Amino acid sequence: MKIIVAIKQVPERDAQVRIDASGKWIEESDLQFALNESDAYALEEALQLKEKHGGEVIVVSAGPERVGTTIREALAKGADRAIQIVCDDLGARDALGVARLLAAAVKPENPDLILTGLQSEDLGLGQTGVIVAELLGLPHATLILHVEKTETGVTVKRELEEGWFQTIELPTPVVLTIQSGGNKLRYATLMGIKRAKTKEVRQLTAEELGVDAAPTVVLEQVALPQKQKSTQILPGSPKEAATALVEKLKFEARVL
Amino acid sequence: MSGVLVVQEAGRNRISFEALAAGRVLANLTGLSLETAAVGDPNADVFVETSGLPPATAHAVQHPLLQHYTSDGYVLAFEQLIRKLQPSYVVFPHTYQVRDFVPRLAARFGQVLIGDVTAMNSGPTFERQLFQGKMNATYRHQGDGPCFLSIQSGAFRQDPPTAGEFTIYHFVPELSATDIRTNPGQPFRASSQTVDLSSAQRIVSVGRGIKEAENIPLVQELATALGAELAASRPICDNGWLPLERQVGSSGQTVAPKLYLAVGISGAIQHLVGMKGSQCVVAINKDPEAPIFEVADYGIVGDLFEVVPALTAAVKAAKE
Repeated sequence: MKIIVAIKQVPERDAQVRIDASGKWIEESDLQFALNESDAYALEEALQLKEKHGGEVIVVSAGPERVGTTIREALAKGADRAIQIVCDDLGARDALGVARLLAAAVKPENPDLILTGLQSEDLGLGQTGVIVAELLGLPHATLILHVEKTETGVTVKRELEEGWFQTIELPTPVVLTIQSGGNKLRYATLMGIKRAKTKEVRQLTAEELGVDAAPTVVLEQVALPQKQKSTQILPGSPKEAATALVEKLKFEARVL
Repeated sequence: MSGVLVVQEAGRNRISFEALAAGRVLANLTGLSLETAAVGDPNADVFVETSGLPPATAHAVQHPLLQHYTSDGYVLAFEQLIRKLQPSYVVFPHTYQVRDFVPRLAARFGQVLIGDVTAMNSGPTFERQLFQGKMNATYRHQGDGPCFLSIQSGAFRQDPPTAGEFTIYHFVPELSATDIRTNPGQPFRASSQTVDLSSAQRIVSVGRGIKEAENIPLVQELATALGAELAASRPICDNGWLPLERQVGSSGQTVAPKLYLAVGISGAIQHLVGMKGSQCVVAINKDPEAPIFEVADYGIVGDLFEVVPALTAAVKAAKE
């Protein structure tokens, strides 16, 4: 099986994000970046499918030069090679614009399977994989926890709301967006890290792919969210705060 | 029609009616007319209960191939309906089903869904959350073509139904069996649910901040002292530290206890939608900027490994 995994580099989960001078994005200069969590699960699913059925795992990612470190991490975990779409204007592109980049880069590879995480931790759009499927004219399924290869395609386990699941049969080639939690994630081994350094990373640009930025949806402004409730923060040592909280729960909120 | 078309989801009444309420807000902001549509039986609740308020026009999209949801079938059906009606805005409830097919539908029109909308302002502009709820973003649609929106659960209050006249049009899309490439199975539950969090009076819920499975008993002790059920955010169940049936959030259970005590949970929207109906919310988190504090009545900013044992002791002391 030839499997493409589209991954995204996002600010680390615990990062303190601050609004930048333009008011349209966050200050990136002092941030640490990491592989988007559900993309890590997509990569894991791809690696396990390759281990069972053979084939090749190719990661593709779009973004500025710094994305290279996340690509190396994926190669260290076991991906065979990578395509890096270098573009500094990812923020100016909407989900369709980003999907056009990915689709253009992936198409010549003629993969059997395209996997990606169901959504990114920064923008949380949850659309890119689905749009890639549309652009390539392929069927798709979202929120997938498990992929099983069949004679004509794949059978997948899809998560529904409130604890329900569904099995879907799809023909290949197909695009699947992967939900986190379906597998246990692997760590890169020392050997893997060493090998990653020699693996192929082909760099492409948006111009080479013939994709312009023109968005239909524009991010105008970012702001800190407004509080929905006025929170009483209980100060003091852990013991003082805990005692004060019990008092409040008992006599003010009356829930104890 | 050049108006606002609200697409409801049969069987998902509450969130559909919230989408309809959002559609009314948008119709007021833009001065456009309002219509609604849904796949399925014209006698279904999604049509009947909306009577009396605008919209007075509904489109029942019906075809034997739409009996079970498939993204291929729904994309084709709504593509045809939208080409016929030519709405300026198409509004959906933000459900898993909508997330599955609407990005594809929008792309077919060269458009991008503005998903998980929490508010609308004049312009119109649309607000949604970024960075797991740490930031709010304002989006604007530009250019020709319909603007696709999906509305976050709980963001708009549904209007009370009133009696009134209502015209239903039938829309039968052109579909053939070969259009549908996927074969969906019947929904199933993973295991028989033995924990019913939805009826719990008190819940202590634990998140990523707990760091390791070995630390779970710390929170279990607090739950026991409070006479509370133990619950968790998604990552805890993903790691297998607690069973899936104890998960609260969009993919787990929806709860509304008297007391919801969130320990080491940052408060991503997927978690908040499952617990924001709680009467009293307490958050313990080391990050004062964590979104969970936006919905908390009481908060303690600090190291949960110090605060939780202190709280367990204080709860026990208060009982004596």
